Amino acid sequence: MKNLRLTILALFFCSSLLASQIEVCNSCQVKSIKQALSLAKDGDEILIKEGVYKESGIAVDKSVKIIGVGLPTVDGEHKETIFTVKANNFSIEGLRIINVGHSYTKDFAAILVSKSKNFTLQNNVLEKVFFGLLIEKSRYGIIKNNKLISDAEDQAGSGNGIHLWHSEDMQIENNELTGLRDGIYFEFVKNSMVRNNRSYENLRYGLHFMFSNNNEYNDNVFTNNGAGVAVMFSKFVKMTNNQFIQNWGSASYGLLLKEIYDAEIENNTFSKNTIGISVDGSTRINYKNNTFSRNGWAIKVVGACYENHFNQNNFLHNAIDLSYNSKINSNTFDSNYWSEYTGYDLDKNGIGDVPYRPVKLFSYIAHRTPESIVLLRSLFVDIINFSEKVSPVFTPDNLLDNSPLMQKIQ
Amino acid sequence: MFKILKYSFYDLMRSRWSYVYFAFYLALGFVLLFLNNDVDKAIITLLNIIIVLTPLIGTIFGVMYYYNSKEFTELLLAQPMKRNTIFLGQYLGISISLTLSLILGLGIPFLLYGIFMSSAIFDFGLLLVVGSFLNFIFVALAYNIALSNSNKIKGFGYAILMWLFLAVIYDGLFLISLMVFNEYPLDNFSLLATMFNPIDLSRILILLKLDISALLGYTGAVFKKFFGTNFGLVISLFVMSLWVLIPVWRIQRKLRKKDF
Repeated sequence: MKNLRLTILALFFCSSLLASQIEVCNSCQVKSIKQALSLAKDGDEILIKEGVYKESGIAVDKSVKIIGVGLPTVDGEHKETIFTVKANNFSIEGLRIINVGHSYTKDFAAILVSKSKNFTLQNNVLEKVFFGLLIEKSRYGIIKNNKLISDAEDQAGSGNGIHLWHSEDMQIENNELTGLRDGIYFEFVKNSMVRNNRSYENLRYGLHFMFSNNNEYNDNVFTNNGAGVAVMFSKFVKMTNNQFIQNWGSASYGLLLKEIYDAEIENNTFSKNTIGISVDGSTRINYKNNTFSRNGWAIKVVGACYENHFNQNNFLHNAIDLSYNSKINSNTFDSNYWSEYTGYDLDKNGIGDVPYRPVKLFSYIAHRTPESIVLLRSLFVDIINFSEKVSPVFTPDNLLDNSPLMQKIQ
Repeated sequence: MFKILKYSFYDLMRSRWSYVYFAFYLALGFVLLFLNNDVDKAIITLLNIIIVLTPLIGTIFGVMYYYNSKEFTELLLAQPMKRNTIFLGQYLGISISLTLSLILGLGIPFLLYGIFMSSAIFDFGLLLVVGSFLNFIFVALAYNIALSNSNKIKGFGYAILMWLFLAVIYDGLFLISLMVFNEYPLDNFSLLATMFNPIDLSRILILLKLDISALLGYTGAVFKKFFGTNFGLVISLFVMSLWVLIPVWRIQRKLRKKDF
């Protein structure tokens, strides 16, 4: 009995010792990644040395570490998906993966991970990809320090950078995404974190959330994307410290909220967007400490919104601070700083003594006849805004900030 | 012509009103910057002031100067000189001195507050260019009115009315027509309508820099082309120059037939 135990133990030892390294290079014994994978066992490391490897359709079904040394290039020659992974405890690091196949019927990706757990994808450079990292039905993954660059031209013929579908507990950090359809796309994803990514000049959204609950994204920068960032049909999403910059166009938003429930939006910066935040059918959302500067519309509330609370935000020099085309419902605006506020503070408590009306008559007119936007900042518009301020007729008269701040919140 | 220009210019430079005007802009610039220390915000406020005030001052100055110096002008007309040179000299004299007041009055405080360090330098430059254009345009328009009306009171009345019309009433009519014809495609119309009013035109020119994000909010290919590219800037500047040239040309035409 004792012997048997010892034998088993010994076997264990041996097998762990046998977890070996396989080197791949043009002058090595093993010349292709596929060959290396066929030789590898669970727990092995595959070191890929500098060089160009023209391979695609590489299936990874073992728990291996694939590590690039000196950024080797894996060229898919525009054929199909390059890595297809279906394994637990694996990692892919330090590779330059280029030329993923394009297709209108199949979602080809640089790395496709499906039904996997505990994996790491880091320090990779992906160029000319269709989909970049496509993760489906997986858990506990870390996607870190990757750089994804593509040259998407039209929405139908392009893919997303980091695309997650039916996954949980993922961490997406420090990635750079540009020239894709959506920078990061979440669909049915739970308990995940998106942090410190830079998503810019993508064709559609910098970040796109669909049906993804209990997620968090913070410290990201979204610049100059076709339509900004969209968060739709999700619950318990937390958005903090992000920057939404220069998303210009008629259907472009810093942040689009559609059917969102119980979200926290804090410490974000919205700068020079056509619409800072567009809120549509969203309920129980707290907007706190955000800064809206030089946007066309800082906030556009479209309808069916309840219990949205806007507190301690800075509204700085936006063309239109707020556009509101439904009843006030149970939404509140309180203790914000409005650069347009002209009231006074006689008791010196830092809170203006006269309530502020964020909705101007002009924003009402601009909503009904969009062309009238060319009259922005004209004297006539100032005059009608003023008369509306004195006696509100068209704008909801109970839409007030009762304690507007006198000083900008730092 | 250069001599007349010089005389008019020095005459105005010596006049109290130029100094008042200069001091006003100087004070305005300092107060704006002192109060909020934010160059961006100061520029937005300045925009509102410049597009309303420079036309008003230009108009009043133009009309006033014409009527005040009428006797001197008649004396000059008796000399062997072309009418054109006399009036163009006067016109340029007023416009240049007003523009100088504007540029120096606003330039000095902004310079002292470090406009060159700020990214707003281009916005500010454009603001000054637009202000100068407005001076030239409205002095020319005022001269047109003054030349056509020998009655001083009438001339002043028309001049003020013209300012009121272009600064306020025009936009009102414009907005009403936009709302009435809501059902029709209006993007071409609205761009064209701004071209026919120098105040609107200069506003649009500055908005192109300051509020481009809002202007792009409207769906329309024409808008997108106009506002999204440099096309808008070029066209606006071109039409602005037309707004100077056409009134000046009309002054000359009027002069040929006028019986002094």
